[in-house]
Amino acid sequence: MLLLTLLLRSVGFYFFTSSIQNPESNNSYTAKLEQLKTIGRELAMGSQGGFGQSKEFLDLVKSIGEARSKSEEDRIVLHEIETLKRRINEPDIPKRKMKEYIIRLVYIEMLGHDASFGYIHAVKMTHDDSLLLKRTGYLAVTLFLNEDHDLIILIVNTIQKDLKSDNFLVVCAALNACCKLINEETIPAVIQQVVELLGHQKEAVRKKAVMALHSFHQRSPSSVNHLISNFRKKLSDNDPGVMGATLCPLYDLIAIDVNPYKDLVASFVNILKQVAERRLPKSYDYHQTPAPFIQIKLLKIMALLGSGDKKSSEQMYTVIGDIMRKSDTASNIGNAILFECVCCISSIQPSPKLLETAADAIAKFLKSDSHNLKYMGIDALGRLIRINPDIAEQHQLAVIDCLEDPDDTLKRKTFELLYKMTKSSNVEVIVDRMIDYMISINDSHYKTETASRCVELAEQFAPSNHWFIQTMNKVFQHAGDLVNPKVAHNLMRLIAEGFGEDDDAADSQLRSSAVESYLKIVDDPKLPSAFLQVICWVLGEYGTADGKYSASYISGKLCDVAEAHSSDDIIRAYAVTALMKVYCFEKSAGRKTSLLPECQLLLEELSASHSSDLQQRAYEFRAILDLDANAVENIMPLDASCEDIEIDKSLSFLDNYVHKSLEQGAEPYIPENERSGTLNISNIINRNPYEHPAHSLRFEAYEVPKLVVPTKLSPAVTYPTELVPVPEPSYQPTVSSGPVSDAGSGSGSTELRLRLDGVQKKWGKPAYSSAASSSTSNIDSQRTTVNGATQPDNVTSKSREPRQPHVEVSEEKQKLAASLFGGRTARPERKQSGSAAGHSKVSRTTNHGEDKAQPTTVTTAVQPPPPDLLDLGESSGAASSYSSTVDPFKQLEGLLDLSQDGHAVTTTTGPDLMSLYSGASTNGQNQNQNLNPLLNEKDNMNGAPNPSNRTASLTKGPSLKDALDKDALVRQMGVNPTSQNPNLFSDLLG
Amino acid sequence: MIRAVIVINDQGKPRLVKFYDYQPVEKQQEIIRNVYGVLCSRAENVSNFVQDSTFGPDTRLVYKTFATLFFIVIFDDSENELAILDLMQVFVETLDKCFGNVCELDIVFNFNKVHTILDEIILGGQVVEMSSSEVVKALDDITRLQKNPNSIVRVPKSISGWQGR
Repeated sequence: MLLLTLLLRSVGFYFFTSSIQNPESNNSYTAKLEQLKTIGRELAMGSQGGFGQSKEFLDLVKSIGEARSKSEEDRIVLHEIETLKRRINEPDIPKRKMKEYIIRLVYIEMLGHDASFGYIHAVKMTHDDSLLLKRTGYLAVTLFLNEDHDLIILIVNTIQKDLKSDNFLVVCAALNACCKLINEETIPAVIQQVVELLGHQKEAVRKKAVMALHSFHQRSPSSVNHLISNFRKKLSDNDPGVMGATLCPLYDLIAIDVNPYKDLVASFVNILKQVAERRLPKSYDYHQTPAPFIQIKLLKIMALLGSGDKKSSEQMYTVIGDIMRKSDTASNIGNAILFECVCCISSIQPSPKLLETAADAIAKFLKSDSHNLKYMGIDALGRLIRINPDIAEQHQLAVIDCLEDPDDTLKRKTFELLYKMTKSSNVEVIVDRMIDYMISINDSHYKTETASRCVELAEQFAPSNHWFIQTMNKVFQHAGDLVNPKVAHNLMRLIAEGFGEDDDAADSQLRSSAVESYLKIVDDPKLPSAFLQVICWVLGEYGTADGKYSASYISGKLCDVAEAHSSDDIIRAYAVTALMKVYCFEKSAGRKTSLLPECQLLLEELSASHSSDLQQRAYEFRAILDLDANAVENIMPLDASCEDIEIDKSLSFLDNYVHKSLEQGAEPYIPENERSGTLNISNIINRNPYEHPAHSLRFEAYEVPKLVVPTKLSPAVTYPTELVPVPEPSYQPTVSSGPVSDAGSGSGSTELRLRLDGVQKKWGKPAYSSAASSSTSNIDSQRTTVNGATQPDNVTSKSREPRQPHVEVSEEKQKLAASLFGGRTARPERKQSGSAAGHSKVSRTTNHGEDKAQPTTVTTAVQPPPPDLLDLGESSGAASSYSSTVDPFKQLEGLLDLSQDGHAVTTTTGPDLMSLYSGASTNGQNQNQNLNPLLNEKDNMNGAPNPSNRTASLTKGPSLKDALDKDALVRQMGVNPTSQNPNLFSDLLG
Repeated sequence: MIRAVIVINDQGKPRLVKFYDYQPVEKQQEIIRNVYGVLCSRAENVSNFVQDSTFGPDTRLVYKTFATLFFIVIFDDSENELAILDLMQVFVETLDKCFGNVCELDIVFNFNKVHTILDEIILGGQVVEMSSSEVVKALDDITRLQKNPNSIVRVPKSISGWQGR
């Protein structure tokens, strides 16, 4: 932005001397003049295509560029809006002027201001005969309007007309607009023409027609269903571009339902083979890779088709193998295809040979220096371990490196991987790491996700009760407000029910450790509400169960909680009920009971609480105080939270009473729906007042002046309120206000009730969460079987082990690796007793794993120089040859004083810089010589240490020395080091 | 499917904004602000990918810096991150071919042309063209037709005219 500002300032200075006087421009007048020539050239180039803009627009951009604050920018834009509002409605505006207004509107809206006043003019512009104006119009409407906007109806006609045009560019423009603007209702108006265009002689038109049809299918599958066969037909189009476009809709269709497309497997394989064998015209190559997007789409489609289908998968093996063998791992796009192959392999029926190739590819990704490739490697690893859980072991160190990487994206991806490979042997390490990470991040969305994953893993694999309770405590303490309330309820349930085994000792141990840990943290004032509820409940239910803590101690703590959270009624309610339970258990156990004075005080306070719920609890407690031990035991039985409470829905215990009353002459009960005599008021209110016959009388009486209205009512009311007043806006307000006033005296309350109605329905539904803990058991058993079924691969991973030692790793990492990947003990089947066979297999693997992990640790730890040192040496050696991915001038800004602007200026900076950079890139062993080396530098690809990386690291931090070095070098090259060099992109793009 | 293509400069000012599902203006601004915030917090020398929850749980964001500009593409899991990275490269290469040493100013002043280029590459959220020379060819077709005398008179030689060159 600074660049732009400065440029514009100088332009402003030159052309509009009176308007701008800023100090910088006075200081370096000559330099500016030189600069201006460059700018002029630059801008002239920019307007080559006939898209030149007027001075006014330039001024607007300039002043916005100079705005020093958001409010100043807003002021400028608002002023511009005022100007445009006035001008755009003037009569007889020349068309090219109008075009520019429209473009200014687009610009305004891009900056976040409302330009809706001009939409109609954009719509009008689409009617124009000139292609330029028409395209501008279409561009503006596609950016302004959504498919349900009222103005769309005015465009449909134009689109229809343009689709018939004999100028294919007009047709293309219309098809572009179709993709964005046609909604379900208007599809029938154009669909016939679009389908006809599938046979147009120009491939560009066919391609766009396919995409338009695809977008119709996305909007409303039902209205295009009868035309789906067209996609299949277009798959055999002569033009590869059209065929490639067809893959997009086919991919979506296949993702919805695979079965109807199984017959296409052979065709897809065949196409992919042809593409990979370079049978397509050269123009489809991208950096020597034939039609990469087509290949990727095909691989994605094949992954869907081959999933769980042996026959289809077998057809694919050869071609996938070929592609992987041929793939160009030096280029970005080659790796993209390689990655897609790995995804495909992990999705289709596994082939041992391909799995091995995939594992090799992943190894290459993970070993790469590029973060992008590491990311892809982790992603691919996560897919492949579903089939072969042992594969992660070879890459343990790489995974741990990624976990400690400063790149947050990579870290998250790695946590995802760890989540997938968690077992009971490594759950402690993984969950601890996840919790540490959870504490460190602020993004609430991701924090929530991490927290719930921690909870899930802890519930599933917890090695001990103590650890489980501790983990849950940590999660709640740090992310309690973000955790789904269900988790808290699950926790209560878990503590109450135990882990589902019939082992009472373990259950009571779990409870004791919960009570103990809760008593330790309960005084923390920052605990989230949901967690405190759990604590109160557990303390009430089990606080005194093991006899370790006295009732008065527990009661005291509970009173403290109630006192500390006096504003949270729910916590207080939990606390009072817990107090009541503690008291009852004591009493029914026959121990001497007396209420603590603070408890007494609390009760008194709550009896006068503004919350009726709290009041009721307090009164109930008081009532219980007077009962004898026997009654109390019936009311609050010990440890009965899991017992079902039987509810007598028919109220049979009242039968006697009812009988007696009837005999004494009472009226029999009439169910509510049978009471016809009384007018059912709630019914009337619930219904839409416009439709209800009971209101019709009144309706008509008030309606006399405008009889037409009632028939139009319902459609009119459904219009969105931000309707742009087009043809008949004048009676819009009367229509909407009509029914309200017509409803007469009841109208106000009707509206109010209507709203309440929805709320009530919500409340009315029973909102009990179903048992979530049972769902986890499925995953558990699934994993066990997968784990057990992949014995053979152990051998391969073992043989690969010796290759690793030349990676030196710190001891800490080693330990971590060993704990993450090493000991693979069998999962103790905490919740489910099933799959005993899989179980025994797993435990055999375990021993293997431990044996293996040990040697690795030893050999690698011995290796001298730590990797960091090595890296440093390398980078400092090559640091002198750097390329400028980051504009070097920009970094100098702070250091340069203005006097330097006076230095000799060379405007031909481009070529000089370029030659230097291309030299640098060869020094840096950049292997992709066939590609434009400059473009290439930015994708810091695999293996070879990339010069651009180093530059970037140099630029970090305000190192004076580096900056001066750079300055000197830049001078040697004869470049004027100002921040105003407009030829920025020549640095990047030759 | 690609959900959005955004170009912002290093100050967070939008230079090109294209959403493939309609988003109200306020929502667009919010997304741009969030994206800018995320990008600013990224260290240098890290991956070009960000997991992003703007459009649901599975959307990802790929960005690439060219001089003063961030090019950003937001998409869902039906696309490949690395390929999208190259797609951006194609886009910028094309811009470069069309404008000759493209810079931020070109994009500001010619954003309708930039949109045209983008429309040739991505249509309805799907990648339809990967070859910058093909895009340039299509663009030339359009330009030639627009230069045709029956269409409107072009704006006078703009800045270069004022420059007196």
